[in-house]
Amino acid sequence: MALQYAFFTGCVAKGAGRELLTSTNLVCKKLGIELFEMEDAACCGAGVGGEDNVMVSDTVNARTFALAEERGMDIMNICVTCQGVHKKAQARLAKEPGYMARVNDVLKSETGREYKGQAKVRHFAKILIEDYGLDKLKALVVKPLGELKAAAFYGCYSVRPHEYSDLKNPDDPDEMERILEAIGAKTVNYPGRLKCCGFPIIMMNKQNSLTLSGSVIRSAKESGADCLVTQCPLCHLNMDAYQPEIDETLRMPVVHIQQLIGLALGYTAEQMGMNTHIISASGALASI
Amino acid sequence: MSEITFRIYRFEAGKDASPRYDEYKLALEEGDTLLKCLNTIRGAQDGTLAYRMSCGSAICGSCAMRANGHALLACKTQAAGLVKNGVIQLDPLGNFPVIRDLVVDLEPFWSSLRKVSPWLQPNLADEPARERLQTPAQFQLIDDVTTCILCASCWSDCNVLEVDKKFLGPATLAKAHRFIFDTRDAKGRERMEKITEPNGLWDCTHCGECSTRCPTETKPLARIEETREAVMMAGITNSPGARHALGFRESMRWFGALNENYLPVRSVGFFNIPGLLGIMPVGLRMMLKRKAPPMFPHWIDKVGEVKRIFKRFHELRKNVGGAGTKTDGDD
Ligand code: SF4
Ligand code: SF4
Ligand code: SF4
Ligand code: SF4
Ligand code: FES
Repeated sequence: MALQYAFFTGCVAKGAGRELLTSTNLVCKKLGIELFEMEDAACCGAGVGGEDNVMVSDTVNARTFALAEERGMDIMNICVTCQGVHKKAQARLAKEPGYMARVNDVLKSETGREYKGQAKVRHFAKILIEDYGLDKLKALVVKPLGELKAAAFYGCYSVRPHEYSDLKNPDDPDEMERILEAIGAKTVNYPGRLKCCGFPIIMMNKQNSLTLSGSVIRSAKESGADCLVTQCPLCHLNMDAYQPEIDETLRMPVVHIQQLIGLALGYTAEQMGMNTHIISASGALASI
Repeated sequence: MSEITFRIYRFEAGKDASPRYDEYKLALEEGDTLLKCLNTIRGAQDGTLAYRMSCGSAICGSCAMRANGHALLACKTQAAGLVKNGVIQLDPLGNFPVIRDLVVDLEPFWSSLRKVSPWLQPNLADEPARERLQTPAQFQLIDDVTTCILCASCWSDCNVLEVDKKFLGPATLAKAHRFIFDTRDAKGRERMEKITEPNGLWDCTHCGECSTRCPTETKPLARIEETREAVMMAGITNSPGARHALGFRESMRWFGALNENYLPVRSVGFFNIPGLLGIMPVGLRMMLKRKAPPMFPHWIDKVGEVKRIFKRFHELRKNVGGAGTKTDGDD
């Protein structure tokens, strides 16, 4: 039977980063992964909701998990922030049965739903590696990315705190690189790989935020990368959309990992929404 | 066990023009801590190697350093687990000036801590006959945070401090939490107002380094999150960070989703004209690429359920007297 997931798109993939949604849908279609988009799920709160009131935020997220359980599926995320927030919420609920009961009380009385603690949440990259298998992915590649030197950017929510990370070895992960190598790209190691892109404080302290993203981009550039690859639309936003404000001369393309997979699977750059980025990726992609 | 190489940062301020790495070979024995290895190297191979240590049992906080690029306590970590291709690289803590080798100048850490008055300030007018008591439940609130040993591991790896030395920093924000959540302290509100000034509570990006490197249960990021919640509850919302959180709450309540048109405006402040102009360029760039979010916000299906959840908590909040919702148009 085909792999099936309750697909939590997150809000950015429905707004400013729609190319992420399109490319994920097309890639999964070609891989034979069936996605059931959770049109009724609320925003995860991006950590900000939890800092306003952690119990409201956990209840809203418990509702999301309950919706997946009603469908009998696990959740697939395409944003490491959503993934990190969901995972933290599940950990908090699992740790204290009394808390879980109180959250479920509200959930039941306001929505008639209940979170049973069964639905797992995982990021697309993890599903690809663990459930689908990189050998199978490799077999479907029709256009290996040959000369492209890709710099994987993990996004801090996927790396830290370690207790919530899904990576095997969070201080020295290789999951993104393994995917990139499976589609025939070359990867580069660079100092900014596991750093923070600064996105969460873009509204509070723009200067610090852009200094952080700028140093990631520079470090990738100095290591000879043709492009940065993200697995979080927020990292993407801070490094692509804001790049002209950081330094006009950087011109470092930033792409979603799904887009590169899509190209390797035979989709066109246009189908993958490559033309929607602020920093054009066409130069980098000319090599493939 | 096999012999490994320690690659250690060497530098003396005021004397050396630039740092170098010296290498030392050592046969590891099972269970050896990093600190024991350093003691052996200094004792048997090079008496000039400088590092701090005292208790040897993860209590004094003096032996923090970086191994393979990450901060840790040398006395609490076994060397065997750190070996990478036969090598362990040791560096001084990050984000501090180096005095010599693995010894750093901790003054920036102490001066930041001083800014949050790290001592109990009870209400002296109601002096109890004996000591000020706490119930176990009240102590629970500060149980984790009081384990801080001031080792500065969190400080070393904080991503924001790397780019801005004015940031209050993880251990300081945790210390502020320690007194804000202490039921015997009477200055909670002033403390909250103080740390929500620029370069404080809302400047942390969640990079998670502090909690990952912290060798105790202090886990600064978790404390920062709790403090932000307390600040919102207290209605101290006159900062971009708090306005951002309010905007998020409103957006989620109304749409069940994030409204990207509304949120930046809310965070910057409706009447902050220079701030609003500052977010224009990115909006324009994105519009040109058809990237700007849809003009008409997207409502999730069954948004009524989410509204009811928010409403329920709003009632609860009113009952406990929380002021966090007072001025933001809640129903
Ligand atoms: S992280 Fe962002 S995009 Fe992802 S659901 Fe949460 S708020 Fe929305
Ligand atoms: S790198 Fe930036 S956007 Fe990405 S997860 Fe970290 S803070 Fe979020
Ligand atoms: S989570 Fe915040 S305080 Fe902690 S290290 Fe990162 S930026 Fe610094
Ligand atoms: S918070 Fe943790 S890492 Fe930071 S000084 Fe205290 S004990 Fe050390
Ligand atoms: S020597 Fe005291 S904490 Fe390591």
